[in-house]
Amino acid sequence: MFYMTQNLFIFFPVLYLFFIGLLGIFIVRRNLIIVLLSIELLLLSVNLNFILFSCLNNDVYGQLFSFFILTVAAAEAAIGLSLLVIFFRTKFIISVDTISILKG
Amino acid sequence: MYLLVLFFPLISFLTLSCFGRFIGKDGIITIALMCMFLAVTCSMFCFIEVGFFGYFCIIPLLSWFNLNILNLFWCFYFDTLTVIMLFVVTFISFLVHFYSISYMEKDPHFIRFISYLSLFTFFMLILVTAGNYVQFFLGWEGVGLCSYLLVNFWFTREQANKAAMKAIILNRVGDFFFLLALLLIFFCFKTFDFLVLYSISEGFEFISFNLNNTNYSIMTFISFFLFLAAVGKSAQIGLHTWLPDAMEGPTPVSALIHAATMVTAGIFLILRSTFILEYSEFNLTLITLFGGLTALFASTTGLFQNDLKKVIAYSTCSQLGYMFLACGSSNYSVAMFHLYNHAFFKALLFLGAGVVIHGLNDEQDMRKMGGLFYLLPFTFVTMFVGSIALSGFPYLTGFFSKDIILETICYKYNFDAFFCYILAALAAFFTSFYSFRLLVLTFLSEYKGSKKIFFNVHEGDFFLWFPLFVLSFFTIFIGFISKDLFIGFGTSFWLNSFIFSNFFLESSEFLPTYIKLLPLIFSFLGIILSIFFYTYSLTFSLKLFNLTLSFKNVLLKNIFIFFNKKWFFDIIYNKLIVYFILFMGYEYTFKIIDRGLIENVGPLGIIRFFFYLTNSFSLLQTGFIYHYFFIIFFGSLLLIFFFYLYIYNVFFSLSFIILLLGMVILNLIFLKKIKIIPFILFK
Repeated sequence: MFYMTQNLFIFFPVLYLFFIGLLGIFIVRRNLIIVLLSIELLLLSVNLNFILFSCLNNDVYGQLFSFFILTVAAAEAAIGLSLLVIFFRTKFIISVDTISILKG
Repeated sequence: MYLLVLFFPLISFLTLSCFGRFIGKDGIITIALMCMFLAVTCSMFCFIEVGFFGYFCIIPLLSWFNLNILNLFWCFYFDTLTVIMLFVVTFISFLVHFYSISYMEKDPHFIRFISYLSLFTFFMLILVTAGNYVQFFLGWEGVGLCSYLLVNFWFTREQANKAAMKAIILNRVGDFFFLLALLLIFFCFKTFDFLVLYSISEGFEFISFNLNNTNYSIMTFISFFLFLAAVGKSAQIGLHTWLPDAMEGPTPVSALIHAATMVTAGIFLILRSTFILEYSEFNLTLITLFGGLTALFASTTGLFQNDLKKVIAYSTCSQLGYMFLACGSSNYSVAMFHLYNHAFFKALLFLGAGVVIHGLNDEQDMRKMGGLFYLLPFTFVTMFVGSIALSGFPYLTGFFSKDIILETICYKYNFDAFFCYILAALAAFFTSFYSFRLLVLTFLSEYKGSKKIFFNVHEGDFFLWFPLFVLSFFTIFIGFISKDLFIGFGTSFWLNSFIFSNFFLESSEFLPTYIKLLPLIFSFLGIILSIFFYTYSLTFSLKLFNLTLSFKNVLLKNIFIFFNKKWFFDIIYNKLIVYFILFMGYEYTFKIIDRGLIENVGPLGIIRFFFYLTNSFSLLQTGFIYHYFFIIFFGSLLLIFFFYLYIYNVFFSLSFIILLLGMVILNLIFLKKIKIIPFILFK
């Protein structure tokens, strides 16, 4: 925690990326594809975070873990796109505003 | 053998209440009678062993509850006082069980009735055999409960409901004082055991506690509360109003509970606590005064009542006053003797009245009776025996105890005792007057009711007349038989039941003859006047005592109303206390506290609050992902804020949050998603 405050500036790009991802999810309402992209961006920022920490700690496990995250991100993108396709087939639209059937 | 007396009624109650429906009527009768008969046998055994042979007996059975300094046992205590009560209770109870088999024959709730009677007997036996005050209190409350259940036995009748409520509420007043006495006893003696209290109470005579710089003797307080408890249970003046109303119950119940046993529980309490009462002169005077006043009050009220059972109820009240009188003048053995005698002849009177009521198709009003001498000769004879015993005819049961009470109270030679002597002597006159009024109006005068009922009047069957026969036998002989045993010169019968400070018993034998004859003259005068009034000048007496509305003389009418309305006790209580409490109870306790505060904060309030809460929470679920993300985002911001607040300080965490928020806003500006005012200004 100590050097995190010392080298806070290193994490700014990471945070920047992360918040762009977050805002992309809850501000962009038009397109489901952009939401998916934002999720990808979130995962990337997390990945970057891992790599930065592994460099700071002189520990290779963080970099190793980023590979796993990349695989997970790829799988997630595939699932998300397939969901998108199914959604488009049923509703003929991919606007996020229309996805409210999650409500119980 | 000692404990079997207690357990037979309990067995009877449990069997009848649990399996009564499956056994059938004959089975019920067999079981109840067998249990009660065995209880009588065992109690006679106890009577012989403890009373005659002088074997005082204590049975500590089980541990009841065991607190730090309070060790209570189920302790059964058989001294002379107990065994007399045991005999009286089981004997009368057996006869009443016997009687109610025929009396309640047609009742659909016959099983319930018999089982309640057995339960009552059990609780009464618990009360008389108790070895400590707490167990005594258990029995005390138990008989109160059974009295309620049995008065309210015909629960569809409104009058019965009211009478039962009245009985239990007025008894609660007495019970409250009993509880206070219990607390004080424990506070002072640190024990409830009769044996220990008996031994140590002498040392506490001058112990007092300080309140507002005044010293109060603790004995006076304890005995005062015990006295008030006894007043509640024994229907003395002030708390007596429940007893006449309790006549709404079935007649066997009146005979058992409201004449012979339960109402004497108050006297029994006083007799049991002589080791406390004896050390408070003030309370003895109070008991004397209450006894004398009750004796006079109840007998004058009994003169003007029209209900057959109420006359006898007031007579009970009056006789209880006599017992109080004897207790107050420290003649405990005399009080017990009168209790013992009174149980027999009063039960007899009630059971006889039951036969009359039964025969007349549930008619209780004496104004609609008369001439039953020709139709119910046996009942007349038994009622006659009971009445003359009650009025103190020489050599019958009532004579021995009543006469000795009057003599001893006269010999005490202080003001309150002499005052009470006058009251009691007048009460003796009125007692014989109303007893013979009852007899004449019911049996000897002309029949005044409807013809249809008159042709159906019949003498009862074996179950009805046999108890009357046995009780009239006892009424004639038991006083003579047991006089020397109870109050004879130098009798060793009582063992250590009381602390004796009783010097008047022997000295009262040396009173002048005219004083000794005075009560007798009074009762004879009452008998003669009553017969004269109600037979030879029936029209006059009808005018005087029966037809209120035809009075020309306002004063006479007012006097009549005053006595007929029971000295206005009920009216005064209703106006001053009952309405006020009812008003307070409805307006404040019920409306504001129960249905207001507790309801709104408690059940209803909780329901409303959670309904509101769940409604507002369910609004959060919109179904849109970006709403959820929004909540997650700001939630995580808050989490981070508190996390840094916890680790560093407010400024650091605030600055961190502001930094993050600034980044978000920068993002938004880049994305051109919001058009905030500064942005417009920059343009």
